[in-house]
Amino acid sequence: MLKSRLLKDRIARHYMLTATVVAIFFLFLIGVGLFVNSLPIMQEKGLWTLLTTSNWRPFKGEFGFASYILSTLYVTGIAIVIALPLSLLTSIYIIEYASPKILRAFSSVVDLLAGIPPVIYGVWGTLTIVPFISESLAPHFVEFSTGYSVLAAGVVLAIMIIPLIISILMEVFLAVPKEMREASMSLGATKWQTVKKVVIRKSIPGIVAATVLAISRAFGETLAVLMVCGNFTDLPKSIFDACYPLPALIANNYGEMMSVPQYESALMFAAFLLFFIIVLFNVISRVVLIQIDKRYQL
Amino acid sequence: MELITVPLIIEQPKSKVMNGSNSLNPHIVVENLNIYIQDNHILKNINMAIPDKSITCIIGPSGCGKTTLLRSFNRLHDDNMNVKITGNLFVDGEDIYAKGTEVTHIRKKMGLLAQRPCSLPMSIIDNVVYGPRIHGVRGRRKLYEIARHQLVAVGLWDEVKDRLKSPASTLSIGQQQRLCLARGLAVEPEIILGDEATSALDPISSKTIEELFVTIKDKYTVVLVTHTLRQAKRIADYVAFMYMGELVEFGTADQLFNHPKNQLTKEYISGGFS
Ligand SMILES: Nc1ncnc2c1ncn2[C@@H]1O[C@H](COP(=O)(O)OP(=O)(O)O)[C@@H](O)[C@H]1O
Ligand SMILES: [Mg+2]
Repeated sequence: MLKSRLLKDRIARHYMLTATVVAIFFLFLIGVGLFVNSLPIMQEKGLWTLLTTSNWRPFKGEFGFASYILSTLYVTGIAIVIALPLSLLTSIYIIEYASPKILRAFSSVVDLLAGIPPVIYGVWGTLTIVPFISESLAPHFVEFSTGYSVLAAGVVLAIMIIPLIISILMEVFLAVPKEMREASMSLGATKWQTVKKVVIRKSIPGIVAATVLAISRAFGETLAVLMVCGNFTDLPKSIFDACYPLPALIANNYGEMMSVPQYESALMFAAFLLFFIIVLFNVISRVVLIQIDKRYQL
Repeated sequence: MELITVPLIIEQPKSKVMNGSNSLNPHIVVENLNIYIQDNHILKNINMAIPDKSITCIIGPSGCGKTTLLRSFNRLHDDNMNVKITGNLFVDGEDIYAKGTEVTHIRKKMGLLAQRPCSLPMSIIDNVVYGPRIHGVRGRRKLYEIARHQLVAVGLWDEVKDRLKSPASTLSIGQQQRLCLARGLAVEPEIILGDEATSALDPISSKTIEELFVTIKDKYTVVLVTHTLRQAKRIADYVAFMYMGELVEFGTADQLFNHPKNQLTKEYISGGFS
């Protein structure tokens, strides 16, 4: 009896270890693969030139990634700036103020929204957001905008990641012990004071983690973004200009014009950049989380 | 079970009644309090008057409704929609369940110690001055003085004075419970409520907290749910014995422990059941 129990424990442990190692190994493999394939263009042009120039003329052998990188950061930034406050307020309302019935109903709606495929968000964006920007919003600020723009991509992306952030944040707020809220309330704090000073504070690591996940997701989101961003290679001068994030570049061009020298390597470099940004970003946020934990032990 | 006649010590709030050597001045008066949770009748027609500046212990077997009663004193059931409350509860003569009564000033009058200490996710000093800050006290110097004063009062000052800025979660459980007491005292309450506040602590911390209750009862009305009869015998001035949602007997510690009127009380305090 005892022996088989211990044996199972051992097997389980080894099995899980193996699974973890395999997962990490694949991550490593992808990184190395992308790096090796983008080596030719890095060696020919130099990393600095690739990153800082924005001329993209594959037939002339000019590969500048600055506008793609900037577009990616720009679109992701706008998406997070829109999505995070909205998601925070919504999930606080649902967890702290709404009745259990609303909580249950809302949870299933959020799960549903999170499951809608990106292409649908993309279509919806081209039908509503794009014309709205081009006809109603942009004329107040710039002379002309097609609507296919940084802003459109940011908004569509925001709407896509809101359900994701909300569903994580709801878990995070639910994990704050009831006793902690009561400790605050029993001192005469109002509900809002309790939320602000205790619940949110206690949830900071969770909020950071949710944001990280949302940003990683936003960096990589391809289809919905490429449908509304305009796919135009230039440094966007305002949020009403078209842009061209890295994932859209890869998705639109991979497999075509492969006869152009260095073109494949350039697209591999784009993929490597994306991969690198996301990994680096996750590592940094992990470090930040560890620091928060060390310093505040929330 | 037979219907129990509830001993009502005092019916009107703020009236003085002489009772032996103690002059009673009720601080919390409970009248016909009934609490239902999801259609279960949890507290059945409770009537009691808790005297000022003394320790009242609520005893009774697990599940008899002690926690539910204690939490009703500062309206901690408010957020639970399954809880229905009828009857009246007066604190300083104010009917706290009357329509339109604002809840935060009632809670400010009472410090609550939970079974497990619950420090807030912030530094030691911020925990203590959390209440004062909430109620608008400003100024570093002033807040520091409040913190020092209350930490001295609970005997924690010497242990934490060099690390006031460290997270409160780095303290031991016993220290955290004293911190919670200091935090409660810092809002200058009149009443201290404790729900088995020493049950999760080691014997020494437990004794420290117990002694603190005795020290502060000159200034505060202390109401404790106690998990051990022995503790009630050591520190109670008044004792309420509850059984299955009813208040069986309420009286001075001497009355209740040495001359219990009710058969159930007799059995319970002699260890017949628990
Ligand atoms: N939130 C709640 N939901 C449902 N039942 C509850 C709740 N709180 C308490 N009760 C019930 O009320 C009764 C009294 O509980 P409690 O006041 O915690 O007893 P005690 O503190 O004396 O052990 C128990 O039967 C318990 O199951
Ligand atoms: Mg209890």
